[in-house]
Amino acid sequence: MTDFLLEILSEEIPARMQAKARTDLEKLFAAQLGDAGLKSEDITVYSTPRRLALIAKGLPVETEAVSEEAKGPPEGAPDQAVDGFCRKNGVTRDQLEVRHVKGRPTYFAVVDTPGRATRDVLAEAIPAIIKAFPWPKSQRWGDASATTESLRWVRPLQGIVAIFGDDLVECEIGDVASCYDTVGHRFHHDGAITIGGVDDYVEKLRACHVIVDHAEREAIIREGAVKAAADAGLALIEDEGLVIENAGLTEWPVPLLGRFDEAFLDVPEEVIQLTTRINQKYFVVRDDAGKLTNAFVCTANIAAHDGGKAIVAGNEKVLAARLADAKFFWELDQKTMLEQHAEKLKDIVFHEKLGTVADKVERVAKLARWLCEEGIVKGDADMAEQAACLCKADLVTEMVGEFPELQGLMGGYYAEKEGLPTEVSDAIRDHYKPVGQGDNVPSAPVTVAVSLADKLDTLVGFFQIDEKPTGSKDPFALRRAAIGILSLILNNDIRVSIRDLITAAAHEGGLDAGRDIATFFIDRLKVQQKDAGIKHDMIDAVVVVETDGDNVRMVNRVKALQSFVETEDGTNLLAGYKRASNILKKEAPEDVVADADAQKALSYTPEKAEAGLIAALDSAEPKAAAAITAEDFEGAMAALASLRGPIDSFFEDVTVNDADPVKREARLGLLMRVRNAVHTVADFSKIEG
Amino acid sequence: MGNAQPAGQPAQKSGKMSFQDMILTLHNYWSDHGCLILQSYDMEMGAGTFHTATTLRALGPEPWNAAFVQPCRRPTDGRYGDNPMRLQHYYQYQVILKPSPANLQQLYLGSLDAIGIDPLLHDIRFVEDDWESPTLGAWGLGWEVWCDGMEVTQFTYFQQMGGYDCKPVAGELTYGLERLAMYIQGVDSVYDLDFNGKGVTYGDVFHENEVQQSTWNFEVANTETLFDLFKKATAECENCLEHKLPLPAYEQAVKASHIFNLLQARGVISVAERQAYMGRVRDLAKGSCEAWIDKNKERWAAEYEGWSV
Repeated sequence: MTDFLLEILSEEIPARMQAKARTDLEKLFAAQLGDAGLKSEDITVYSTPRRLALIAKGLPVETEAVSEEAKGPPEGAPDQAVDGFCRKNGVTRDQLEVRHVKGRPTYFAVVDTPGRATRDVLAEAIPAIIKAFPWPKSQRWGDASATTESLRWVRPLQGIVAIFGDDLVECEIGDVASCYDTVGHRFHHDGAITIGGVDDYVEKLRACHVIVDHAEREAIIREGAVKAAADAGLALIEDEGLVIENAGLTEWPVPLLGRFDEAFLDVPEEVIQLTTRINQKYFVVRDDAGKLTNAFVCTANIAAHDGGKAIVAGNEKVLAARLADAKFFWELDQKTMLEQHAEKLKDIVFHEKLGTVADKVERVAKLARWLCEEGIVKGDADMAEQAACLCKADLVTEMVGEFPELQGLMGGYYAEKEGLPTEVSDAIRDHYKPVGQGDNVPSAPVTVAVSLADKLDTLVGFFQIDEKPTGSKDPFALRRAAIGILSLILNNDIRVSIRDLITAAAHEGGLDAGRDIATFFIDRLKVQQKDAGIKHDMIDAVVVVETDGDNVRMVNRVKALQSFVETEDGTNLLAGYKRASNILKKEAPEDVVADADAQKALSYTPEKAEAGLIAALDSAEPKAAAAITAEDFEGAMAALASLRGPIDSFFEDVTVNDADPVKREARLGLLMRVRNAVHTVADFSKIEG
Repeated sequence: MGNAQPAGQPAQKSGKMSFQDMILTLHNYWSDHGCLILQSYDMEMGAGTFHTATTLRALGPEPWNAAFVQPCRRPTDGRYGDNPMRLQHYYQYQVILKPSPANLQQLYLGSLDAIGIDPLLHDIRFVEDDWESPTLGAWGLGWEVWCDGMEVTQFTYFQQMGGYDCKPVAGELTYGLERLAMYIQGVDSVYDLDFNGKGVTYGDVFHENEVQQSTWNFEVANTETLFDLFKKATAECENCLEHKLPLPAYEQAVKASHIFNLLQARGVISVAERQAYMGRVRDLAKGSCEAWIDKNKERWAAEYEGWSV
């Protein structure tokens, strides 16, 4: 068994692509080997900004010899058939063997494939892997790029080290040929490093200031950053994303602590965090009171002569300039009232068919006020209207122009600075929430009103201009908006018909899309409730009977239904219901009526089980109906559960298809009554299984 | 490092190289590495990439190595001379090497060494930054080069220009000269830069210009005239294209692009209109590239075996 080392050296690979590149390298390698019948005992992959490396342990030195035989036509078969068989198996006629099959002489082709040197397999595999590599974006370069057919890689490819045991695996791709040599750290080491093989690769590179193992670099950064902060008596705000990104940007990571002017702490924490993290890839730091403090940790890629003093000074200056910009925006934005900022929304097109953002704001404000005035949301109507009018104003501020991800948040801060009521500034800040499932759902009434109004306006508006999501395309995030609306309604127990909301949010002159939107909501509800363990067929069963679009009641009923169906009573009732339904489907003429009065006046004496079911229905029907009215869905289910025994006995003892047409009709009517009684609670026919 | 020293003045390792010495050093360095040293294009443009030595020369199979300083005008970045880092007029140092040499990164690092940046004292990094210019129908892959966390150079391998595949690919380096000089000289304001090493500062040369140009850009420029100029430039570009004159056509596209930037600074183009204006400039620039290709493609195909558009 022999070990194999592959290193693909290139110009700097984007940090964000390295993790997937490692997985892809391993997969492609295993697949190439698999095609040749080889398997490694263990594959390890590493990445640095400049290299992808793979170590495969325990490979045989050659593939196994394979002997395959194929049975052909019998001796004496027409030449055509024999020749065809030879062609197919790649043998000549005189190579065929004759064997007796059931006493009959038959041609056999025996093809012996000798074992291949693994080194040869590898020499073919490497170029194949490089050519097939699925980089998200790749490029051409250099002399070869005079044609677009030239090799592509994420950045120019610089070298290939491929060593099997002690032997070079000779291969060539583009203008790069494999060799024993690689390079060390870009600045700490000059010239080539000759690698012997798997055993010395990692350590030779380490001696030249390259830590090949990304996990090791991540650990150095993770621990080093915490330590750098702790040495200054501070606590690092840990950020695994930054750890990985910095490990992808360095071959020799050195975390260093820097400072910035305390005056910048006036700027909201979120802004400082964004600037430092996103733009500069620095960690931020808290003091022992848990407050963001004027320090950061950057990760250098060298062990500098001066211990990093110059690097820290340089980074401090860059961050200071960025924070100065942020502070400038922060102060500049506050010189204009949100109301004045909002004026500029008239120049921003929301969608060419839905007008400007100012138009949208006007609609949202009206809708938010309506939600409060109608008592649908228990918030102050004036506040809701005010918050809605200002909620998009921060879009034209300098700060949000610079950091779009701060929309809402900045508006909230500016509103606070203007001294607006907390309800209003909170609503401005949080009205985008919930952003997707799992995000916090607002509960403050004014916020709920604005958030609901904003999302409704978007959803209804786009449906009315026929911009519905299709397949994987949802450019206006309408699915997210619908889930947001449902979360707001359900979490806050908002009792309203979704149809009334759709009508209230309707844009003048738009298409009539009410039905589409209602259906869309039901689909979204299924998706949303799936996470809560609710099955989609339960929703289908309830939607049919919950016709007024009250989602809170619908979900409560669905939950009760699902719990009930999961009990033994529920399962049996469902079975009884399905049996009744099937009989009705097959036997019942159109004019069978489920008339309780008719059953009281039966012209014959009912059998015991028949009378039992009539009595059970007489008692269960009003109970179920009353429970539904009182929204006591467990009660309604319990009323249905009382039918289970009588139904079972009925099917056991009573013949529905009696020879006497009077009895037959009465019993079919009884089954109809059972079905109707069940349907007051839910349409059990929609339930699967 | 093993990087070649420029043949001109030796690099000043004191870290206090003047602004003009830095430019001269870069000129010497890239001249030694086979570049034509060109002068700036004599038109207002938003970036060095607009220079015909970059855009048009990036097209076609002919080798092309050039370096030059290009003044850049970004009217909306004007701050009346008040901001220590933002200017509406500043300099880029551009290098274009076609085809991109295999040791381009090494060559670039050699130039940093030449202007006195020690890579074992300062943290030099290549951070992913793909470049795209919708106006030029161009894109490329590369990095922004960081020096202690500051972006000092844009490093790009052009993949397409004017909507055409670059065959072969050119490597483009764009150094932000003021930033780099501020870094080397250790000053906090661009206006404090030592321009010549003999007492003249960047502020002496340019501060008043920033004040006056910012005022004109933001407050004074006659917008009716600008709209009119935009119309005329676009019409003239089309006129040139009809007469199969790609170079003058391209200049008119560059002119239209700058006038559009001025209109932006005056705040008279709404967000909705913005896209339409940009699309207009893009069509002109792409049309000029197309005309340039049409003019040359037969010769290129004849002289370079196997080359095609």
